[in-house]
Amino acid sequence: MTMTTGAPGAGASIEPDPGKRKLSTSKAIQEAIAQQMRADEGVFVMGEDVGSYGGIFSSTTGLLEEFGPQRIIDTPISETAFIGTGIGAAVEGMRPIVELMFVDFFGVCMDQIYNHMAKIHYESGGNVQVPMVLMTAVGGGYSDGAQHSQSLWGTFAHLPGMKVVVPSNPYDAKGLMTAAIRSNDPVVFMFHKGVMGLGWMKKNQRSVGAVPEESYEVPIGKARVAREGTDVTIVTLSLSVHHALDVAEKLEPEGISVEVIDLRSLVPLDRDAILASVSKTGRLIVVDEDYQSFGVSGEVIASVAERRPGLLTHVSRVCVPDVPLPYASQLEYGVLPTPARIEAAVREAVADRLSS
Amino acid sequence: MTLYPELTDDARREMLRMMVLIRTYEEAILREYHADKSPGFDIGAGLIPGEMHLSAGQEPVAAGLGAHLTLDDAMTATHRPHHVAIAKGVRLREMTAEIFGRETGLGRGRGGHMHLFDPQTHFSCSGIIAEGLPPALGQAFAFQRRGTDRVAVAVAGEGAANQGAFHESLNLAALWKLPVVFVIEDNDWGISVPRAKSTSVTSNAVRGAAYGMPGIRVEENSVEGVYNAAGEAIARARAGDGPSLIEVHTLRLWGHFEGDAQGYRADLEGVPGHDPLPTYRNGLVERGVITAEDYASMQASAVDRVEDAIAFAKESPIPDPADALKYIFAEGARS
Repeated sequence: MTMTTGAPGAGASIEPDPGKRKLSTSKAIQEAIAQQMRADEGVFVMGEDVGSYGGIFSSTTGLLEEFGPQRIIDTPISETAFIGTGIGAAVEGMRPIVELMFVDFFGVCMDQIYNHMAKIHYESGGNVQVPMVLMTAVGGGYSDGAQHSQSLWGTFAHLPGMKVVVPSNPYDAKGLMTAAIRSNDPVVFMFHKGVMGLGWMKKNQRSVGAVPEESYEVPIGKARVAREGTDVTIVTLSLSVHHALDVAEKLEPEGISVEVIDLRSLVPLDRDAILASVSKTGRLIVVDEDYQSFGVSGEVIASVAERRPGLLTHVSRVCVPDVPLPYASQLEYGVLPTPARIEAAVREAVADRLSS
Repeated sequence: MTLYPELTDDARREMLRMMVLIRTYEEAILREYHADKSPGFDIGAGLIPGEMHLSAGQEPVAAGLGAHLTLDDAMTATHRPHHVAIAKGVRLREMTAEIFGRETGLGRGRGGHMHLFDPQTHFSCSGIIAEGLPPALGQAFAFQRRGTDRVAVAVAGEGAANQGAFHESLNLAALWKLPVVFVIEDNDWGISVPRAKSTSVTSNAVRGAAYGMPGIRVEENSVEGVYNAAGEAIARARAGDGPSLIEVHTLRLWGHFEGDAQGYRADLEGVPGHDPLPTYRNGLVERGVITAEDYASMQASAVDRVEDAIAFAKESPIPDPADALKYIFAEGARS
């Protein structure tokens, strides 16, 4: 075990201008990892099919060719063993990036994650750091059924000791991955399959976007105003950000002004950004692809209700109701937070304004 | 066969000295633990609150292993960690302060006796059965990648050998030829369940074959047997030849935890007769390796060290409740 004295490449720029070059989210993640691997010999990638396959969702495409099998390491299907290996290597001062192929698989390895990765720093009174990234794919919408479609970020955010980031676009994905690798804390990096820009899955129009070539960070714990508005605030994250933006664009001609907050991080949660937006609009809708009860949506609402309850003239949620995600597409889209459900929620939220 | 240091009389004396230190420590913790929990027994009361799993009887495992390890090697241990921590060289004062929940403890009172982390000796333990093994693989991985000959020793109980984490870890360690030595302390009991009712094989050492690694079982709680088996396995790991599995048939002299009346244990009356400490001491006296005076001197110096550590712990400040949220993260705070 070594005390990590400083993250590699400290002093990088923070949220620079995006520039003109466009990348998919998956390529942005690959680029962030490659840049950090060039900067620090201690950074390596480990997981199932991260080598010649390049990651099932293309998070590591091309890295094997540049860095070789000593640093881009395919593992057996033994999540407990290889996540634990990441923890031990991090404790000794390396900076592992460990991929859990689908977040749904956390059930076979959660002890390493929440009892070890997340607790060692605290239990050691700050004497042992675990500078590790746990990267994992989340989300549904392509009929992968109840065990391969969950978001589950609320579960990780609920448990103390790990930072949780959930980028929605290529720019944030690169900046948050860079920040995660450089962080001296364990960071869970959750990418939605639907924002990766994959050729074999329905693409979101914003899964390709401008990304600076230089190495830069998006600060962990800082939300972003994805669209400014005055009538209603939608607080959301990941793929749902794009649905919210689509709805906001659609309703603008009707004179309904929607502000969209992209949380980007769940731990730490940018409660100030939520409060600032609701201070302006007074109406809050939380859109969350995770299960509704006991999760992110309730936490977002509580963070306003506890501090400034008088602000809220309207509150509602568009989440996955508490049901396993169904297989049949028609059923699945019946429970996902679709643009249609979000639009209906916005219209309901502003109904008082329109009728007056 | 890989070479390791021959078992000399000096080494025998050192192992006995270590066993005496560990027993002295566990007896002192036992005394302090129960000193302020009566009348009755309130597990959360007293200067040492919470569960307490003491390792008396298992000293041979620790002493035999520790003889081959340096401070730079790593070790992960279990919910019953004191003996191997001491043999690994974990600082006694800071470890004791942690057990007393003090700010000067290894974890500033945030960890407790099942969660001891000492970066100076690369020692850690986990309260979850078998889950201390995977992090040892990672430490070994780092040692291997840096081209060192350092090793990681992963200690677990016999109950752990029926957990998935154990089997995943053995496979991965063998696959990557990691410098790891897996050590199973078979004390016959998984709390109240005897190993015959939990384990399909009579020796867990045979399970090494399933993963292409050597497996050896040390019988009769023999510290010299542990010395030889560990010497071989550790030398093999240092030479880059991969992991090994050792099972030691050891003895849980006391209960699973303090407060355990052990009503399930039919052999209870005979247990003290198997105590490895007097057995080894008497053997060394008979063979002329030590004298009775040597042993008395070992005991006296052990008492001095242990009582110094306990005094240090008791004099140390209690953590400020206002600081309970410190150390969740290295950078920034949870919001």
